[in-house]
Amino acid sequence: MSNGTRNAILNFLAVGGFVYFLWWAPENLDGYKLRIINLIAINAILGLSLNLVYGMTGMFSLGHAGFMAIGAYVSALLVLTPGQKATMWILEPMVPWLLNLHAPFLISLVLGGAAAAFVGCLIALPVLRLGGDYLGIATLGFAEVIRILIANLIPITNGSLGLKGIPAHTDLWMSYGCLGAVLFFMVRLMNSNFGNVLRAVRDDEVAAKTMGIDTFKIRVLAFTIGCFGGGLGGALLGNLLTTIDPRMFMFIQTFNILMIVVVGGLGSMTGTIMGSVFVTTMLEWLRITESPMTIGSLRIPGIPGMRMLIFSLLLIAVIIFRSQGIMGTREFSWNWFFGDWGDGRKAKGAR
Amino acid sequence: MFVQNFFNALGLGALYGLIAVGYTMVYGILRLINFAHGDIFMLGAYFVFFATIQYKLPWALGVALAIGGATLCGLLVDRIAYRPLRGAPRISALISAIGVSFFLQNLGVVVFTGMPRAVIRPRELTNPLPIKDIIPLEFLQAGRIGEVRLIPLAIWVPVVSFLLVAVLLWIVYKTKPGLAMRAISRDIETTRLMGVSVDRVIALTFALGSALAAFAGIMWALRYPRVEPFMGVIPGFKAFIAAVFGGIGSIPGAMIGGLILGFVEIMSVAFFPHLSGYRDAFAFILLIFILLVKPTGLLGERMEEKI
Repeated sequence: MSNGTRNAILNFLAVGGFVYFLWWAPENLDGYKLRIINLIAINAILGLSLNLVYGMTGMFSLGHAGFMAIGAYVSALLVLTPGQKATMWILEPMVPWLLNLHAPFLISLVLGGAAAAFVGCLIALPVLRLGGDYLGIATLGFAEVIRILIANLIPITNGSLGLKGIPAHTDLWMSYGCLGAVLFFMVRLMNSNFGNVLRAVRDDEVAAKTMGIDTFKIRVLAFTIGCFGGGLGGALLGNLLTTIDPRMFMFIQTFNILMIVVVGGLGSMTGTIMGSVFVTTMLEWLRITESPMTIGSLRIPGIPGMRMLIFSLLLIAVIIFRSQGIMGTREFSWNWFFGDWGDGRKAKGAR
Repeated sequence: MFVQNFFNALGLGALYGLIAVGYTMVYGILRLINFAHGDIFMLGAYFVFFATIQYKLPWALGVALAIGGATLCGLLVDRIAYRPLRGAPRISALISAIGVSFFLQNLGVVVFTGMPRAVIRPRELTNPLPIKDIIPLEFLQAGRIGEVRLIPLAIWVPVVSFLLVAVLLWIVYKTKPGLAMRAISRDIETTRLMGVSVDRVIALTFALGSALAAFAGIMWALRYPRVEPFMGVIPGFKAFIAAVFGGIGSIPGAMIGGLILGFVEIMSVAFFPHLSGYRDAFAFILLIFILLVKPTGLLGERMEEKI
């Protein structure tokens, strides 16, 4: 059996098995587990979009939480019914034109992403002239400004009270459908000439410029696409959790996504998905350290803060001892999985 | 009212400046944004809280212990989280710094609990000064303008801050280790070749920065009398912005940036009270503005990207 046939069969089995799992899960798993599985997909989307910006193009952006917030708010304001909106704004009345605006869920997702992309593009034009960690700080600043605006524009966003009762549209099919679409798009993008250009800009901007690449335009484009992903992820998240408020989109949110990308391996899409599985389940699993537990006759009280303490230690350990993450810049493939690295390895040995 | 705001802004700005100095020194040498700096500031405040209020030590001893403890923490952070990454890409160290920052905050939650605690201030620092006897301010206090209430702390905070920065400037510009610091910020490899123990000088930089942050933390805890594990986040960000504004790498610049930021914040809220919800946004808008107009800051030198 040739490798090609084997890979085709395995691909078919893997996809088929996963679709069966999606069909099986809602009947057989409890709501908490389903929520985690949904979160894995959403975090993977967010991770993929940050990876495009940082891992593939080399722009250190720390503003993802801000774009998520835009996506989440735009989508939530569109899917909430006028009746719900009329009762929710207690502090100040809502602006009238927004009250009757209503859109189906899928359209709200796209519009949420598009709004984030639009804002991202506006921000990118001035900010991307900066490089390195200045870019990180500036994007972080913008995310914080977005968050403060949301908390203060009460007639539009209901301020710090947030939005409640968003219909729970996000289910497994939705989140994994979106993840599939994003993944398909990203694979096509990275295998296209545009992907090569991105990598060229990341690896050596000066050389890329010399080759006649308009590096600024490329970076703005990649940043905008990344922001679309951020908005989409935020919109899905809002529709999963059914409530959103400005405090959800603090810097810690960006930190979690950054963790996914770093753990998975910068520049690796399959790595990001593995990172999402690992980080999301880890974050949930570590909750047990914050709740009281009994081992035998020993009663250990829960320690608040322990979860993020362990988590941040993990990040430091990963960056010091294995800065390439799980996958490095490689991608998962069956050939790699079965250990036949093909000619690449032999050639290395022969050299 | 204006005099009151003036002293508030002066105190806040001086504290921002004091924290900013630590950022600017580390960035000047390592090109690293030390995200954990704001949390060292928090630790300094907590240490003094525990020493003086929990264990009833005298204030002088408590302050000394707090500064010693925070300096030690700063050194440990450098040794454990930054030194192994000296050769790695700069972004790796930055991610590590973010990790350390979250680690220290949550360590604070675990060890000190997340509850804010009130700081009981010594009486002699908070009794209002008899201003009217010293300066004839009646013309400012006429009727609707309101009365100025000034506590000794409001004067001590800027005075101590400026003195500390003066000492720091003396260390950096007049002593041998200071010379080594300036040399490293120019060219780390050449300095190493000259026989300077680079790691030790960097450790000294972290120690000095952490000590100043601890001083700032102590004064912050006295001025806004409470401590909590996340108290370092926002002042830390703002102080970094002040450092960028003043020109990163420049110590006087950091102080000036801090003062400007303090005045912008206090005065904008004083004159436009309805904007108070946006108070935290001002700093970030100021940052974005300066980055776009003059990325090197007010007093910064131009740093060419090395190819």
